[in-house]
Amino acid sequence: MKKITLFLLLFVSILSFSQKKLEDVKIEGEKKGIRKSLTTTSNTYMVSSKELLKAACCNLAESFETNPSIDVNFADALTGTKQIKMLGLTSPYLMITEENIPSVRGASQAYGLSFTPGTWVESIQITKGAGSVVNGFESISGQINTELIKPMKDIPFFLNAYGATDSRYELNTHFNKKISDKWATSLYIHGNTRVAKNDMNHDGFLDNPLGKQINMVNRWQYSNPETGWVSFINFRYMNDEKQTGQLEFDKNRDKLTTNYWGSEINTNRFDFSSKVGYVFKDMPYQSIGFQNAFSNHNQDSYFGLNQYAIEQQSYYSNLIFNSIINNTMHKFATGLNFTYDKYAEFVNQNDVGRTDNSVGGFFEYTYDNNDKFSYILGGRLDYHNRLGVFFTPRLHVRYNPWENGVLRFSAGRGKRAANIFAENQNLFASSRTFSILDTNGKIYGLNPEIAWNYGFSFTHNFKLFGKTADATIDFFRTDFQNQAVVDVMQSAQQVLIYNLNGRSFANSLQFDFNIELKKHLNIRTAYKYYDISTDYLSGSFQRPLQAKHRFFGNLEYATHIKEKGKQWKFDYTLNWLGSQQLPTTTTNAIADRLPNFAPAFTVMNAQITRTFSSTFEMYVGGENIGNYRQDKAVLGTSNPFGPTFDASIIYAPIFGAMYYAGLRFKIK
Amino acid sequence: MKNILFGMLLLMVTFSAQAQEQKNKNAKFTTEVNGNCELCKKRIEKAAFSVSGVKSAVWDIDTHQLNLILNEEKTTLLDVKKAVAKVGHDTDDVKATDEEYDNLHGCCKYERK
Repeated sequence: MKKITLFLLLFVSILSFSQKKLEDVKIEGEKKGIRKSLTTTSNTYMVSSKELLKAACCNLAESFETNPSIDVNFADALTGTKQIKMLGLTSPYLMITEENIPSVRGASQAYGLSFTPGTWVESIQITKGAGSVVNGFESISGQINTELIKPMKDIPFFLNAYGATDSRYELNTHFNKKISDKWATSLYIHGNTRVAKNDMNHDGFLDNPLGKQINMVNRWQYSNPETGWVSFINFRYMNDEKQTGQLEFDKNRDKLTTNYWGSEINTNRFDFSSKVGYVFKDMPYQSIGFQNAFSNHNQDSYFGLNQYAIEQQSYYSNLIFNSIINNTMHKFATGLNFTYDKYAEFVNQNDVGRTDNSVGGFFEYTYDNNDKFSYILGGRLDYHNRLGVFFTPRLHVRYNPWENGVLRFSAGRGKRAANIFAENQNLFASSRTFSILDTNGKIYGLNPEIAWNYGFSFTHNFKLFGKTADATIDFFRTDFQNQAVVDVMQSAQQVLIYNLNGRSFANSLQFDFNIELKKHLNIRTAYKYYDISTDYLSGSFQRPLQAKHRFFGNLEYATHIKEKGKQWKFDYTLNWLGSQQLPTTTTNAIADRLPNFAPAFTVMNAQITRTFSSTFEMYVGGENIGNYRQDKAVLGTSNPFGPTFDASIIYAPIFGAMYYAGLRFKIK
Repeated sequence: MKNILFGMLLLMVTFSAQAQEQKNKNAKFTTEVNGNCELCKKRIEKAAFSVSGVKSAVWDIDTHQLNLILNEEKTTLLDVKKAVAKVGHDTDDVKATDEEYDNLHGCCKYERK
């Protein structure tokens, strides 16, 4: 017991504040898949692996489908990957970390989330609004941290197989071995493939790409509770290949020709990361941690005649010291970060490569009166070769006005270099020409993006007709001081990129209501209102491809667990999206125009899981079972090399209803 | 005689100096404190933290154990017990007065031993 406690403490103190909830969920994990604490200071949700099982497919991007705080976009025809948004802003404005090491950034921004298989994930912490200063200065609208399964707590063998009617197949195998009482190792191998060409809407283009991915990780964990030392070492390799475009496209014959339009995106990635932590003897509240991560991300791709290649070599290092002032009501974390990113980037053979590096120090103070009130005040000072010297403040405040209510406030500043091509590479799948209208900045001619984010939230837990219920209302505002504006409102033949001139903001209002109707029957509902407006050259518009109103509903039911763990689980998710602003198409011939706004529609997913025993279960499910499909997924299909071709305007599912089945087998 | 006295004095000084040195800045103690609920937990921990030199105080609802880390140069376990008893919670050797006990919130009226 003592060992376990010490071990937990070790974890808690080494890593940043977002991880403190790790401990909590282990206690409550059985109860709820998504847990919002009344006592944590930051506005953080815990998503446990139980929640992740509700949407069996497939990778991190798709694991947010049952979560109202994160909007999952529809996979574009080109890449088949789903982008996520928080507070209405896309993933570049989020800090996405894996075990507190920034993971989806730079070159991996577009597809990075699809490079972490869902079965590897132990839990996810989602922080809305300003995040912690510990991991860096880039986060603006939120932080998502993923914890992978820890080798010390893993089971010896896990197998997951999955197949779907869109001819996608996945296989996940996990192996684990406890080598001694101090060392444990895990080896995870993931493979997925889509083997058949699908064209449900008969436009001559694939609805989702052919692909194959092999992804593996080898993790080592060392922990010695007697001395207080703990360490993680990870090696990871990933290779992902995608091909899409016209049905007739043959990559060996037609690559970079005008015979047929086609595209390939091939990515190779290697990661190495290590962590060392030490908890001082007799002082469980004092610790020191040192993280190092190196990655090489290499993407080679073409989209019709557009060629795009990016290779990022990245090094990240973080040293943290945690301790207290007088007593554990006053905690602090302080340390240093170093990052180095070397980009070799080519857009149609033009070299736009660069090298970024930054060094910074941070200090974060946490006050908690162990009762109703706590706050986290953090600041960091960084030097970055392109962003200059700058200060990043962040504040989180929590107050419990009464026992079952919690009020939270957060504010913070974020600053980042926009990787305009990597982040917007879906626009390469069009006849648009890219023009950068500014030349004086240090990042592709542009200035750094700077934004402030403020938000508050109120959660109240109560009984309604004797049922356990909770309601949350939150409001967040992001104000851009500068933004790399990606303008598709000027012309359907162009994408203009320039520094913000005028106003750009994102308001997000969310109302959540959850109730346990009866034992094992839970309803989760959310209404979301977004007002995301940017001043473009041609006037002020709502952010394209963003619904102003959204409704989310999730219904889960489970039968009582019978002998040997036998159980049925049912899950149903509904998303209603209001009308969305579309990029302008008025410069196209009438046949290739879209309306200014997309129609409202509903998408429904459902899944049934049958647990036969504690070691074996099967599931079947359907995505988009209402079979809603976007009217025109690709513009200018008759002449893909002509001026009106555009495969980037995706506001709804392209592939209709999709059904899948899978199994999970464990050896404990 | 004088020498012996001097010797004893020296010995005592050395002893006490040594005792002084042995005072632990991060001394761990576990002691039983009577109480019932979440409200008690907050009160007990708050009282413990009010004692200067207490670095960490965690009271467990189930086991009734108060886990302390304190700086022995500044305070003692007895000081913490006194502070906890003062807010109405009995410890093994310092008890709350009846008046202090009566002032407790209804849910905190633990069974006194």
